Parts: sequence; structure tokens; C-alpha cells
Amino acid sequence: MSAALEVRGLVKRYPALTALQGVDLDVAPGEFFGLLGPNGAGKTTLISILAGLTRASAGRAAVMGFDVQGQYREARRRLGVVPQELVYDPFFTVRETLRIQSGYFGLKRNDDWLDEVMHHLDLLPQAGKNMRALSGGMKRRVLVAQALVHKPPVIILDEPTAGVDVSLRQTLWRFIQGLNRQGHTIVLTTHYLEEAEALCGRIAMLKNGRIVALDSTRNLLDRAHERCATLSLRGDVAGAGIAGLAPQGEGAWRFRFERYEELEALLARLRGARVAVEDLQLARADLEDVFTRIIASA
Amino acid sequence: MSAGFDTLLYKELLRFWKVAFQTVLAPVITALLYLLIFSHVLSSHVQVYPGVSYTQFLVPGLVMMSVLQNAFANSSSSLIQSKITGNIVFVLLPPLSYVEFFLAYLAAAIVRGVVVGLGVLLVTLWFAPLRVEHPLWVAVFALLSAGVLGGLGIIAGIWAEKFDQLAAFQNFLIMPLTFLSGVFYSIHSLPDFWHRVSQWNPVFYMIDGFRYGFFGAADVAPEKSLLVAGGCFMAISGLTLALLKRGYKLRR
Repeated sequence: MSAALEVRGLVKRYPALTALQGVDLDVAPGEFFGLLGPNGAGKTTLISILAGLTRASAGRAAVMGFDVQGQYREARRRLGVVPQELVYDPFFTVRETLRIQSGYFGLKRNDDWLDEVMHHLDLLPQAGKNMRALSGGMKRRVLVAQALVHKPPVIILDEPTAGVDVSLRQTLWRFIQGLNRQGHTIVLTTHYLEEAEALCGRIAMLKNGRIVALDSTRNLLDRAHERCATLSLRGDVAGAGIAGLAPQGEGAWRFRFERYEELEALLARLRGARVAVEDLQLARADLEDVFTRIIASA
Repeated sequence: MSAGFDTLLYKELLRFWKVAFQTVLAPVITALLYLLIFSHVLSSHVQVYPGVSYTQFLVPGLVMMSVLQNAFANSSSSLIQSKITGNIVFVLLPPLSYVEFFLAYLAAAIVRGVVVGLGVLLVTLWFAPLRVEHPLWVAVFALLSAGVLGGLGIIAGIWAEKFDQLAAFQNFLIMPLTFLSGVFYSIHSLPDFWHRVSQWNPVFYMIDGFRYGFFGAADVAPEKSLLVAGGCFMAISGLTLALLKRGYKLRR
């Protein structure tokens, strides 16, 4: 079976910068894939090329085996994109917007599916309202619905939860996870790394138009051997002169370590200095730590 | 032609119909005011063709001017609004070809131009009953000319990145071309210099050929006007299609 997304040597040059510098990437059908990177890393450019909104300077990209330029009709029928910007057409109601979007893909009289999408996104009560009358969160839901009108096997969500409330996030992720379970490939870009960690099976990190990390989320997290202990201490910690303890305020201290022997040694030194440990919490590095480290070192 | 074309055309028609007060009624009222003012001031002083009053002479010119300006306004305003608000992305993401894109915007522009033109004709007929000598010439010139300005509107809408750039296109190109084209007068009444200048204005031929359809009389041979209008249509369509194929300012 063809890859859901196949990107080979993708380059995008603008007069003042090179947004993509030879990106290679494969996303398998049915994956929940994360595309992470700081602002200006090239995520949106990559998505725009896949969606046919931008033309690559070199290289090729394909959706479900169809070249996004040479076989654009087939490629676009198989791709749904939720754009990053909150855009809408102020002339139409929610239902008109979805019917029109559906019609662009050659699908008419598919109100049953549109109703189902609106139901899952809690949009049915808004169906007859003009787009201008909707809140930002509701407009964001319509954007998601518009990307799904033609039941695309590959769905790209470009920062879909930027600036939206918890309720929408939960509704959206339930729905998207359901679509993923049904076999849809999901590609997500987000600045909320906890979302990527919770949802994505595999992640690519971009920086300056290059992929600097591409691995399963589990492997990426395992790359960070470091653990972190947060201790509540009573006594003269500063006077004890223990290296590696970083103050966090209100009697709390942070200690980073890789092997538990280091933690044992710390506790022994604290005992020796007559500093009492009132609380101790351990945590693994999360995706944010991994991301920060990879991006900083790339 | 894919089914997406039908939907894009339908969307463009619905877009202007939803604001018909602004897009249809307002230009009809404007044309009516032109007719009332100009005919009141000039009807006793000017007679262009034998047996045709100045008010009657004025009506086809105003109808065609409205057709042209509204065909241009439809495609240009729709595209610039979509570009500036960002919702152009909804048209660029689906599997529509550049030819379908062109034809849908062009057809919608022609429909709006013709609808406004018919509206102007209907309300002005009450003031100046007209006969139509050659209905086929009337229809051909109306459609061709609306097509030319609809195509120009697509070019302007794609090219402009701000509303004032579009306004410049409209005010410094479209308005002079339409106003200095014999809407209100026969170019034979102009001084020699302006007479020659007018002959380089393609809109003059569109209006003159259209007027021929009503009166069976015109400033130049209708075949020549048809050639100019047809040539302009082919040239503008070719240019628009070339820009769309390249993705000029749409697919960067």
C-alpha cells in the first residue's frame, strides 16, 4: 500500500529565505503523526506543498501515492486540511459553507455525512447561523468540519487547538481519535506538546527547514535519560553546599539526575547535613524537555 | 468539467445575490440617476441618430456601462475579499482545475453584469421606449463585453494585494475606459484628437456594437466592433488562464 504521505528531497526557496532544505518523510496509512518545530521551522510550508497551496522549488510530495502536482485531483480528493488561520466566508451559514465545500469535491446531497460531522463537533445547533455570528471556537469547529466533508483518508491539522477552550479541545480530540481508529491518517502540528505526546505515535521535529528528529514518540521520550526530582526540604539547604540542587521557591528544590544512585547520594548528603526531606516527587522528562533539547542542539 | 465547477459558480452567484441591494439594485439606481440628469440637461440639444432621441441613445450606453462595471466588480471584489480574509484557501484546496476556476468566476461575472444590465434596461425603458433592431447583436455584445471585464476583474483580483490597489485599477483604468467610450455621446461629436483617442479604447467598440443592436446604426461598422470585442475577450481570457495556470499570487 502507498504511504499516506511521501515526501522526497522537498525544497522551498523564497527570495529571502529557504523554508525547506531537503525534507524526506514518510507517513504510513493509519498513523497519528506529529509535526513539531518552532515558529518558522517550515511546518506550514510543508503542509502547504502537500495541499497544493504552495509549489515546491525541488523534490516531490505525494498523498496516498498521488503526486500533489502531477496528479493533483487524486491527491486533493484524499487530503483534508484544517488551516492554521481562523478563516471563513462571511456570506454563508454553517450548513451552506459545508455544502459548498462538499460540492467543490463533487459531492452533492451528502447532508447525512455533514450532519454527522456537525453532530460530532457540536455544530448542529449552529447549522443555520451565519459564519460571522459564531464564536472563535465555533468557527474553528467549522474549519475542522470543512476539512472532513469529503471523508479524506489523510487529514492534516495545522495547530487546530491554538487559542481554543478546553471543551473544544476535548471534543475535537475525541472525534479525531475516532477517525484515526477508523483508519484515517492524522498529521498534527501543534505548539501544545502534551497534546502531541498524548496523541501521536510518531513525531518529526523540524528546525530551519530540516528534519532534526524523526522517531516514535516512545523512542523520543526514551532519548531523554534524565529524570527530575522535586524535593520539599526543611533545614539549612544553602549552608549544606550540595551541588545540583536548584531552588524552586517556597522550600522546594529541583534535582536532575540520570541514575538513581545519584539520587541516593543526594539523600545521604542531605541527611548528613541534617536537612529533612518533607516531600519527594519524581518525574521523567516529557516531550517538551526532549523537544527543547533537540531543537537547541540541532 | 468536474462537479466542483458547478459549486464554485453557484457559490459566486449566491455570494452576490445575498447582497443584491448592493450588487444589483444600487447600480440600477445609479444608472437611472445618470439617465434622469443627462437626459434632462441634454435631450433638447443633442440628437445623434435620425429618429432616435438623446434619452433613447443614452439607454444602451448606460446598460452596457453597468454590465461592464458590474462584471468587473463581481470577479475582482470576490477574489480580493477571499484573498484578504484568507478564505480563498477553500477554493484552492479542492481538486478544481485552473480552467474550472476561471470559467466559474467568469460565468458569475457575466451573470451579474447581465442581471444588472437587464435591471437598468427595465427601469429606463419607462423613460425611453426602445426598439431592438438586432437582438442577437445585443446579446453577443453584452456577453462578450461582460466576459472581457469579468476576465479583467479576475486579473485585478489576483494581482491586487490590498483594497486600494484594486481601487486604483478600477478608478484609473476601468472608469476612464468606460466613461470615455461613448456612453453619453457619439464620438463623432468629439474634437479630432479625442475622436482618435476613443478609437483606441476597446470599450468604445463594445458600447457602439451593443448600441447597433438596438438602433441598427453605429459610429463604426458592427463587424469591426465585434472583432475588437472578440479579440479583447480572447486576449484577456488567454492572459487570465496563463496567470491561473502559473498560480500567480495564488499558489506561491
